[in-house]
Amino acid sequence: MSSDLTPSDSAATGDGPSAELAHGGVRDDRLARPEYSGPGALPLAAIDHTPRRSDLYPKAARRVERQITLMFLLSMLMAVLFVIGYVAIDVGAEIYIPVLGTVGYQNLVLGVTFGLGVFLIGAGAIQWAKKLMPDVEVVQDRHRLQSDPAETVKAHDQYERGKEESGFAAYRIMRRTLIGALALFPIPLVVLVRDMWVNDDPALAGMSPAEILSETAWTGGLRIVIDGSLAPLRPEDIPVGGLVSGLPENIMEIQEETHTLNERGKSAIILVRMDPGDIRAQQGADWDYQGILAYSKICTHVGCPIALYEHRTHHLLCPCHQSTFDLADAGNVIFGPAARRMPQLPITVDEEGFLVAASDFAEPVGASFWERG
Amino acid sequence: MGLVLLLLALGVVGGVYGVATTTPSSADAALVGDQTQIEEGRRLYLEGCSSCHGLNAEGAASGPTLIGVGAASVHFQVATGRMPLAAPGAQAPVKKDIYSSEEVLAMAAYIASLAPGPAIPTAEQIDYTDADVAEGGVLFRINCAQCHQAAGQGGALTQGKYAPSLMEASPQEIYEAMLTGPQNMPIFNDKTLPTEEKQAVIAYIMELQEAPSPGGLSLGRLGPVVEGLFLWTAVFAALIGAAVWIGIRAR
Repeated sequence: MSSDLTPSDSAATGDGPSAELAHGGVRDDRLARPEYSGPGALPLAAIDHTPRRSDLYPKAARRVERQITLMFLLSMLMAVLFVIGYVAIDVGAEIYIPVLGTVGYQNLVLGVTFGLGVFLIGAGAIQWAKKLMPDVEVVQDRHRLQSDPAETVKAHDQYERGKEESGFAAYRIMRRTLIGALALFPIPLVVLVRDMWVNDDPALAGMSPAEILSETAWTGGLRIVIDGSLAPLRPEDIPVGGLVSGLPENIMEIQEETHTLNERGKSAIILVRMDPGDIRAQQGADWDYQGILAYSKICTHVGCPIALYEHRTHHLLCPCHQSTFDLADAGNVIFGPAARRMPQLPITVDEEGFLVAASDFAEPVGASFWERG
Repeated sequence: MGLVLLLLALGVVGGVYGVATTTPSSADAALVGDQTQIEEGRRLYLEGCSSCHGLNAEGAASGPTLIGVGAASVHFQVATGRMPLAAPGAQAPVKKDIYSSEEVLAMAAYIASLAPGPAIPTAEQIDYTDADVAEGGVLFRINCAQCHQAAGQGGALTQGKYAPSLMEASPQEIYEAMLTGPQNMPIFNDKTLPTEEKQAVIAYIMELQEAPSPGGLSLGRLGPVVEGLFLWTAVFAALIGAAVWIGIRAR
């Protein structure tokens, strides 16, 4: 096929059957519906074409017409049924449908009628295009993509003139310092992005993000309270095999001060109690209290909160990515993608007999970060 | 005057009778455990449980000791059909229980007579009608959701173990499970999770059980992963089917 569509070519397409034959296309004389040959008609491609039943038999074409008309009529009916369903059916009514179960009656009717209404319009349109509109391949040539050679030369000349007049090639030092300035320009943006965290807490003033990530609200003597009731705990409250989600006693004050949940995210712990004989290792000597162990609740992989504790195996499993920690063995990773053990919080009791932290965590809690090494 | 006095007297007697008959619930009565009930429980224990847990419930290689596990533990394990175990495995599954409720209570009374342990919760303890469902939701997400899934559908644990779905659990079973920590579930005793909080958790689970699904096909309420899988398989298959239909040449 020619790449150029010249005016004389397009004029030829208007000539009807003789023009198609020039391109090698085959036109069937038996067609029930003659093909369009008025102005704008395109030449047939040189591809064999088998006529459809609806092309050959007027009866078949009328059957398809009735079929499509029925689809459009049904679509109208669906629109009416939608409005009726919307008005007539009680919002709370329920209906049992096999497979779906008990569903909202109105919900179902609105969905089915609207869905079918749209679907039938689409299906009718597709059927129309497939069965009744012409399905012969035609040729429509596109224009040349390359620029005019004269335009190309002009553009090149303008580039050369700009290079010469601006002196970009002549002033070497100026050119290089411009490149240097553009290279350094993004640095302030990088610094701003690094400092995008908001440090609202005056107690954390002047600390770097890495320092803030490395310490939590826990300090020696701070009471452990139950997450939920915020009640303090005595060792005898926790049975062997028990699990308690804990927080520092001042968590609500910190949250009110900082207006963030960051501290809750960092200082959340779980307390578990096991037979002291079951404890094979801890992260520090006597960091437990009579078999009660406190571990961070934040997974060291990507920071999901975990309290999925099996009290017979002492495994702590993270539901996000199945990292498994052995709390009887210093919180070491025994399975999964976590790269670090679960940090342990040393605990003891105060003079009133309530469980308290003995100090902060000895290592950063939660997921790894850049400066942690 | 005489009639009024008579009515008053009748009212007082009726009231006292009502109080006297409702306070000790059936569960309480079972706890008391008269000697014949304990004997019956021991007989059933020797028959159905002792081969694993030992002749005196002292435990053996195949089963832990039952001394001190309490009546609540026995009721939970046996009434849900978890015990007796059909076959050794990672976890005791729920199955049809083979004992009548009297037999379960008898065994519970026998085990409770060996050593003190958590008692079967009373009807009053598991009454969640006044409980705060929203608070229950908070407590459920703190303490339960990590294993039983946010909508109580259950989930996988390590090495073949699993946290069961809570969709069929009764208030009593839920209370007993929190109290006794069956299998690998940690214990939530009345100190760390007081009775009112347990009732709130039960109320929340009951709310989950009754939650309607107006759209149908809740896909186990397992959340975006399952919904995405359904979309990428069933819905995309339907869309590909439609695209193929559009593309087929008409005859």
